Amino acid sequence: MDKVMSNKKVIALYVLPSLMLLLILIYIPIVLTGYYGLMKWDGIGTMEFIGLDNYSKLVKDPMFWKSAYHSFLLAIFSTISLLGYLLIALILAEKIKGANLLRKIYLIPMLLSSVAIGQLWLKIYHPSNGVLHHLLSFIGVENTPAWLADTSTVLGAIFVPIIWQYAGFYILIYYAALKGIPESLIEAARMDGATPWQIACKIKIPLIAGVFKVTLVLAIVGSLKYFDLIYVMTDGGPNGASEVMASYMYHQAFRGFDFGYGSAIGFFLLLICLVVTWLIRKLTAAEEEIQYS
Amino acid sequence: MFTFRKALTSLLILVIISVLAVAGCASPTGESTSSQSNGNEQASNAVEDVTVTFMHLWPEGSSKQQNLIVNQIIEEYQAANPHVTIKLEVLENEQYKNKLKVLSASNALPDVGMTWAAGFLEPYVKGNLFAPLDDLLEGGLKDSFVPGTTEAYAIDNKTYALPLELNIVPVYYNKKIFSQYNLKAPETYEEFTHVVQTLSTNGMAPIALGNKDRWTGSLWYMYLADRIGGAEILKKAIDRSGSFEDPSLIKAAEEVQKLVAMNAFIKGFNGLSNDEGKSEFFNEKAAMYLMGTWELPNFTTNESIPKEFRDQVGFFKFPTVDGGKGNHDSWVGGPGVGMFVAENSTVKEEAKKFVKFFVERWGEQSVVEAGVIPATKVDTSKVQLPPLYMDVLSELNKASNITLFADVQMSPGVAQTHLNMIQSLFGNEITPGDFAKKHEEALAQEEQ
Repeated sequence: MDKVMSNKKVIALYVLPSLMLLLILIYIPIVLTGYYGLMKWDGIGTMEFIGLDNYSKLVKDPMFWKSAYHSFLLAIFSTISLLGYLLIALILAEKIKGANLLRKIYLIPMLLSSVAIGQLWLKIYHPSNGVLHHLLSFIGVENTPAWLADTSTVLGAIFVPIIWQYAGFYILIYYAALKGIPESLIEAARMDGATPWQIACKIKIPLIAGVFKVTLVLAIVGSLKYFDLIYVMTDGGPNGASEVMASYMYHQAFRGFDFGYGSAIGFFLLLICLVVTWLIRKLTAAEEEIQYS
Repeated sequence: MFTFRKALTSLLILVIISVLAVAGCASPTGESTSSQSNGNEQASNAVEDVTVTFMHLWPEGSSKQQNLIVNQIIEEYQAANPHVTIKLEVLENEQYKNKLKVLSASNALPDVGMTWAAGFLEPYVKGNLFAPLDDLLEGGLKDSFVPGTTEAYAIDNKTYALPLELNIVPVYYNKKIFSQYNLKAPETYEEFTHVVQTLSTNGMAPIALGNKDRWTGSLWYMYLADRIGGAEILKKAIDRSGSFEDPSLIKAAEEVQKLVAMNAFIKGFNGLSNDEGKSEFFNEKAAMYLMGTWELPNFTTNESIPKEFRDQVGFFKFPTVDGGKGNHDSWVGGPGVGMFVAENSTVKEEAKKFVKFFVERWGEQSVVEAGVIPATKVDTSKVQLPPLYMDVLSELNKASNITLFADVQMSPGVAQTHLNMIQSLFGNEITPGDFAKKHEEALAQEEQ
């Protein structure tokens, strides 16, 4: 086997297909996007080279910064909710009754498509027929908020389904990681008289720190480029109160017919994501990876 | 075992690579050669089998009658031209607009599709995506259109689409709810605000509005602008011979906010889509609904809507404003969607023939079976029509002016600003003065 793997032709044969796919579907479009970002282009007619004008417009565009602010809020929100997922996973990994069923319940939102989730939550939030309205009226709240129509509530209202949507995914990752910890370690700690809380904080969490780092990157970068539910539920509205970077890019390119500017936003978004990923890696690289012994 | 598995994997990879290569590289060249041969063969041999792709925006769910007629016409056409297959794609309005742009960007438009007039059409024409259809008009179609309808689709004296509908926007109202509160259809704005006030104090939502789609709110603003400042004011502001900071346009914006303050619109309208807003009217939870005559079939012929409801829908003209310059017979509206043929279609001639057939048959059938007002002339003496439809039609014939929808008049970039500003205006997030200023800024930027 070793011999086969050192054969350069074989390596090429194995690596080439995915490399080609990546090249065609990811890297070439990235380069093209950067290129389009230097153009004044309505997406249909001829392109006109305008250098960095789109980028200087971007830096001065208050609407872009507003959408970027929303994206970062979502990223912070997602990061905090990671801790919640971790807690749930810790509980589920214990031998509690019904853990199997609960795990499935948490996972189900992941199996729904974003559009279905959007439609579902639209019904929940409906200002006069929605479940939430009826619930709140039932407990005596008059003038229930029109969640998605009010600029002050829309962002929070839309974050909730986003968090809900991904709960299963992260819980599953943590659960799998926790299950990978050798039972003997925990057994030993228990013998020494450690409380479950101590076991969780001192043994389990440090042992899955690597996994946590991965989910941190996933959650933050995923939030920064988030699009689906925003598009389905509010379309960035009312008046941009729920606009995020990706939806703003989409609106500029496809609604406003400014593909040059849209591409510039897309490219900028990519840069932000790269920088953030790099930052997270820098900040979390300090601790040594713990090995099971 | 290992070698066998390795051989299998390698084989699999090879297959994937070759499939990729074929899919990735061969298709563009393949397409262009086939298109060439297609064109040549068509000239020499007319019965060559062709497929014409056709995209429209009347899904069965929301536009049942229109959907039925389209299918009927296509069947008829295919029966008469056995060598032609029409391949359909149907999308809902907003999705349709989005997909059209995506397809344009990749230059993969369907052979035949729907477009809107004026500002909407412009980028597509400039990008050389739509074929001029003047030869169809010259070939005898011209006289069948209502004068002024095809012009909205003309740029530099070439017509790029043939209109199917002619729409005006009345205020529909629920007669039962009105009589319940002893109200009558208002003629003046004062009467109208009385209606709104009465309904609102009695806990009935006066007006159904789904302003997430934004053009819906724009209709209200357009009417107020027309009634206060006259028929030309908005048009002039857009074509830059006037200004959005004209006092009557600012007053129109103020009136919108007054209506919002009176709770004239259903709760949470800024977060509801047009369909969601509409359903409040259909479920009799709101008394009025301002919408184009493309909704007429739902109040006349559509069997899936309860007859009881259909019978109690009436309409009135947007009320006159005291001291305003607008005429009671002036309407917001204009030709609705029109059919285009893609410039780079490989079956352009066939597509044009289909469009011609479609427009003619649509003119005959849409009136009787759907209750839609076509852009072609209607001979009302020959057909039995629902009274509501006849009333709208006679109003249309009396119309002193029809103002084309603002977001269609504007170029796409400015239209976005307008629509966003409409949402903020309705949401009380902007003052009428700033509302006007933002429009001016966007229009000025466009001029550069």
